[in-house]
Amino acid sequence: MNAPDPILRVAGLSASIDGQQVVEQVDFEVPATGVTAVLGRNGVGKTSTLKAVLGLISRSGVVEFDGARIDGEPTHRIVQRGIGYVPEDREVFASLTVAENLRLAERGTTPNRGMVDELFPDLIARSAQRAGSLSGGQQQMLSLARVLMNDNRLLMVDEPTKGLAPRIVTEVAAALERAAAVTPVLLVEQNLPVVRRLAHTVVVIEGGRVIHAGPAAELLDDDERTQQLLGVHSTDHGAPRGGTDHGAPKGDTDRSAPTGADESREETP
Amino acid sequence: MTMIRRLRTSPFTPWVIGGLLVGLVAVLPLLDLSLPGVLPGSTYTPGTLQLLAFAMVFAALALSYHLLFGVAGLLSFGHALYFALGAYGLGIVLRDTELALVPAMAVVLLAAIAVAAALGALSLRVSGIAFAMVTLAFAQAGSVLVRRNASVTNGEEGLPLRVDNIPAELVGVLNTRNVYWLALALLVVVFLIVAWFERSRAGHVVAATRENELRVRVLGMTPFRVKLITVVLAGGLAALVGMVYLLLQSGVTPAVTTPDFTLTLLVIVVLGGVGSRWGAVVGGLIYTLLDQRLTALARSEAIQDLPEFLRIPLSEPLFILGTLFILVVVLLPGGLAGVARRTLARADSARARAGRSLDEEATR
Amino acid sequence: MSTVLLLLITGLGLGALYFLVASGLSLIYGLMGVLNFAHGSFLTLGAFLGWEVARRMPDGSWLTFGVSILVGAVVGATVATLTELLLIRPLYLRHIEQVLVTVGLSLATVALFEGIWGVDPIYVVGPEWLNDTTDIAGALIPNDRFVLIAAAVIVLLGLVVFLKRTRYGLIIRAGVENRAMVTALGVDVRRAFTLVFAIGGAAAGIGGVLASHYFGYVSPLIGGSLLIFAFIVTVIGGLGSLTGAAIASVVVAVLQQFANFYLGGTGDFMVVALLAVVLLVKPTGLLGSKA
Repeated sequence: MNAPDPILRVAGLSASIDGQQVVEQVDFEVPATGVTAVLGRNGVGKTSTLKAVLGLISRSGVVEFDGARIDGEPTHRIVQRGIGYVPEDREVFASLTVAENLRLAERGTTPNRGMVDELFPDLIARSAQRAGSLSGGQQQMLSLARVLMNDNRLLMVDEPTKGLAPRIVTEVAAALERAAAVTPVLLVEQNLPVVRRLAHTVVVIEGGRVIHAGPAAELLDDDERTQQLLGVHSTDHGAPRGGTDHGAPKGDTDRSAPTGADESREETP
Repeated sequence: MTMIRRLRTSPFTPWVIGGLLVGLVAVLPLLDLSLPGVLPGSTYTPGTLQLLAFAMVFAALALSYHLLFGVAGLLSFGHALYFALGAYGLGIVLRDTELALVPAMAVVLLAAIAVAAALGALSLRVSGIAFAMVTLAFAQAGSVLVRRNASVTNGEEGLPLRVDNIPAELVGVLNTRNVYWLALALLVVVFLIVAWFERSRAGHVVAATRENELRVRVLGMTPFRVKLITVVLAGGLAALVGMVYLLLQSGVTPAVTTPDFTLTLLVIVVLGGVGSRWGAVVGGLIYTLLDQRLTALARSEAIQDLPEFLRIPLSEPLFILGTLFILVVVLLPGGLAGVARRTLARADSARARAGRSLDEEATR
Repeated sequence: MSTVLLLLITGLGLGALYFLVASGLSLIYGLMGVLNFAHGSFLTLGAFLGWEVARRMPDGSWLTFGVSILVGAVVGATVATLTELLLIRPLYLRHIEQVLVTVGLSLATVALFEGIWGVDPIYVVGPEWLNDTTDIAGALIPNDRFVLIAAAVIVLLGLVVFLKRTRYGLIIRAGVENRAMVTALGVDVRRAFTLVFAIGGAAAGIGGVLASHYFGYVSPLIGGSLLIFAFIVTVIGGLGSLTGAAIASVVVAVLQQFANFYLGGTGDFMVVALLAVVLLVKPTGLLGSKA
């Protein structure tokens, strides 16, 4: 939060869909390293905030990316500046193959296949398969892989673990952790153990406004405050999922990297 | 000053102005007014009355289309079907039966309502652009029906009006002003029905479906039923207008069955301002007069003497109207009604500003 | 038997015309959500300018025929591109206004064509062979049918290769499915808009020249009449689906031919009835995913 130069700065952002106000005067900053989580109850405007930053819905206010105003630019221009967007519900192109989904996402002339090949061998093996026939978890991996094809300066990831089996949640979290080691991430996530594992800063939104911002651990360690802001206990989600977190057989190899993210978390004063 | 403002904001003011206008239009046939360039002759001459009656019929038809497009947000390309049904239906009933005018009209109206209900129920299964295409297809089938079955409809020649069972007051050039008053009455009746519907519960619900179908469904109302009611009402009114058109023109030709005819209505409603009743009326009047005057202009020497690259486009009224329409869509969102609203708002804020500075001076 | 064959192949020929119009309509709608009423005018202008060039060349030669088709394609692509850039693009994402603009354009251009070329049909002359017939199993098939079918097949294959093999094809296929997500991957989808207009316009222009040989004449209304059936075809086939448009083109045209012959000229009604049935059973059309 106190990092000198945030990668993304949002001030007075408002947005509407079909004339209905969904984001109202939101201010927050995303530090240039680590994971910043956007929290809040269902339907409070988290997804809309991300869409407004990208210009996918009509918006007003100030959005600065790496010091440059981007709130007047069309979506593709904003993305080309180096923002990778993993939308809610994956939004992979069902009628296209896995390979075509990835090819479409390539922005530069030299795609960054290394990380994708390393993180998602399963997906690469299914290159010729239509994305619509993948399982939910595989689609999420594909959606993530799409953005990791490029060298981004910020990832915006919207509920990547929604509706996934616990084992897959762990895999997704591991992949994100790996990505976050090199690129700052703005993460919308309901699963608090995942937030606790990845994020070092949290922004809480309620009714389209920011009602809290601060270090992740500080909020999540304060169960009463978490309950008050999010309507859930900070440990609620943790109990059932915590077990699988450690029990996942594949998770161990994938989680060789988390130290990177953990270190960046330590850095914040 | 305050009285003017109170008049401006009173909900009754438009109705009072409307009533005065209707009264003025009603006495036109008794006056000798001429508007060179706008009207072909003095206001009591049959030619001018015929044109004005024609314009009012079009305004009434545009109002029925306004119900679909402006109120319910249904983009229909098949509205001509119901208008043609009214005109051809009445023509055929009057020719083949000995029914008097009013019972014949009632029969045709019922038939039109039945057709609107059946086709409406079918086409409302899809929405948006698909609805537009489907209504277009149905109207096209109607158009083919009219052209192919010459034994019933008289094909391309057009169906002449059999006048045997029609009151003598509505027949002949000398009685044009009676038909003119009939057209005026039609316009007033259609306007009142449309206004009443928009204020009714069904009208409010259907307007809400236009904005947000999901919310209406959540509130426990079925968008399908209110939309169907709207389609049936609009179809019935269009048929009624078609019947008056038949009386006014003493016949009907297949041109009114074509998709282009519906497109003309769309042009009128957009020109006037989507969602505005007054816009539909004014758009209908202006469009008809423009169309007629542009046709006259095309034949004038001023145009005929121009070089070819100017003469050809300018002698095609529909080219000018189509281009005008494109310009309105691109440059004047909200059409004429939008322009009027913005002008009034600007005048209001200017007056408010002036008023404030006066107040300030007074306190000083 | 020979009658059935004749009707079938004539139906395929007519279906080929429908497809040349409907393929562009369907792609444009699928990608941009725009119902393009001006598509018929692209076709008509292609037909007229194809004829204007042809009449300045030797009558009845294959070269003339080939050149007129090329002219039709170029003219169709050019006016379609200009339409997209000048009228559609400024109204980006305002679908109803975009439709209205194409409506205005279709009214204005048809009137303009009437002013330039008159309302009466202008008869066109093609290579002698087109007017001959070929005997297939006892059925005498007019040769122009084969040209139509061949042209539609070539256009279809060309489109499929383009859509499957090129980056823009990929963008268009993805955009038909989810346009917003394509932009969110950093792709400027508006260039693809111009491209589908150009491709659709070219197909319509080719269709215009071929239609003038199929009907034997060209008139300002030729585009509008084909456009309505092309609309029906795109709804039946499923908006946005090229394969659906191809299948529906053939089904609609063959049905039309058979009904006209065996059911007393009721072809147009059977087509509308088919539309009604499809809407009742599957409102999204044969291969469509969105209504």
